[in-house]
Amino acid sequence: MRYLDEYRDGQAAQRYAEALRAIVTRPWTLMEVCGGQTHAILRYGIDELLPPGLTLIHGPGCPVCVTPVAALDRAVALARRAGVVLASFGDMLRVPGSAADLLHARAAGADVRIVYSPLDAVALAEREPEREVVFFAVGFETTAPANAMAVRLASRKGLENFSLLAAQRRVPPALDAILASPDCRVQAFLAAGHVCAVMGIAEYVALAARRRVPVVVTGFEPLDLLQGVAMAARQLEEGRGEVEIPYSRAVRPGGNPAARAAMDEVFEPCDGEWRGLGVIPDGALRLRPRYAAFDAARRFPDEGGERPAPRDGDCLAGLVLQGRLRPPDCPAFGGRCTPEHPVGAPMVSAEGACAAYYRYRPRPAAAVAAVGAP
Amino acid sequence: MCLGIPGEIVAVREGGAPESPRLAVVRFGGAEREVCLDLVPEARVGDFVIVHVGVAISILAREEADAVFGYLEEIQALSELEAEAGAPGEPPEAP
Ligand code: SF4
Repeated sequence: MRYLDEYRDGQAAQRYAEALRAIVTRPWTLMEVCGGQTHAILRYGIDELLPPGLTLIHGPGCPVCVTPVAALDRAVALARRAGVVLASFGDMLRVPGSAADLLHARAAGADVRIVYSPLDAVALAEREPEREVVFFAVGFETTAPANAMAVRLASRKGLENFSLLAAQRRVPPALDAILASPDCRVQAFLAAGHVCAVMGIAEYVALAARRRVPVVVTGFEPLDLLQGVAMAARQLEEGRGEVEIPYSRAVRPGGNPAARAAMDEVFEPCDGEWRGLGVIPDGALRLRPRYAAFDAARRFPDEGGERPAPRDGDCLAGLVLQGRLRPPDCPAFGGRCTPEHPVGAPMVSAEGACAAYYRYRPRPAAAVAAVGAP
Repeated sequence: MCLGIPGEIVAVREGGAPESPRLAVVRFGGAEREVCLDLVPEARVGDFVIVHVGVAISILAREEADAVFGYLEEIQALSELEAEAGAPGEPPEAP
């Protein structure tokens, strides 16, 4: 048991595909919320195992992709400031801002450092007390507890040179916004398993009841995804709209109490812009007043305050992130826009939908049968 | 940056400074990495955890590990039942 390979069994996947054909009598459209799921679906060809008429569209669940241009611009401005170390997860470095990305800023002399964990950024601040360390805190509810722990740790250690550029997003309000759109095609969600591992399902129960939509809390391996699809399809066929948790090995209905407590202690919900979806009420997290001393936006108020929202260039990420455009249908896809020279965020991130299509499609049909091959 | 990966706790480092995180060594396939256990205080050596940005966020429940196979059997049994009952409008197969 390694909680990995056993869920990549090609024979079981084929049996799931057969059972699905018996379940599905009508066309349905499901959205997988999380970019990690999008990647697994394309990598293992899960979409090609589904019965005709059962369509998966890719959701906005990639924190790198939905971080708005204004947040990128602020990070670039802070990185260029003398005495500042801008610490960031690696895949934020190549996400285009309105004029430059962090990689360009670094090439021009800015002190940008890649960290694997927010806690590493705290250690950096401790090691270099003469520098101001700003951690660029992107992420969903999965990441927010780790960001919260970093702030708490810095506070306990009495560090005065550590702050957070908070650009975190909350997922359920974005799902609500997608359903509210008049041309919404989504009939059920495969919800992001690790967001729910932290948060539990309360917000999704409310969403499912209010919108009469099936929400199936799904894992990230091929069999997990097939089970999620089967449960969502059965709900749709039977006219139900409930929350189910097939990813029960990692998700408890109440989530992770310690993680939620850390998050609640440090952050509070606020309105926030999602790239492609606009400003979403309660769609973001900011530092609570008692931790204001760790808020980079307060410590450096002159860097990128209220400016007109910069435009996204000619990237169609907005449509991709709402599930209204398949990445290969973007005119820039694979030509002007590649992972080496990304025009937009979804081509950069390891979880971006455009990058997933670029990496895994088209591929030989033989690979479809070999679900489970790495 | 957003992925959560399962790994096995192979050692727990007790006895750091009181304000420091509780750390463990977690094995992912061949690689080992230091991981913070503060959000899964009950985690022990031998447990599998989901690790995200250097922090364990969930202990995997052994008793739920096979749920995905159980559900497969359930829906297969269901589709066989339906096949036996005959799809609507289709005559049953001749004996
Ligand atoms: S292919 Fe490139 S330009 Fe087109 S939507 Fe994706 S990231 Fe944007």
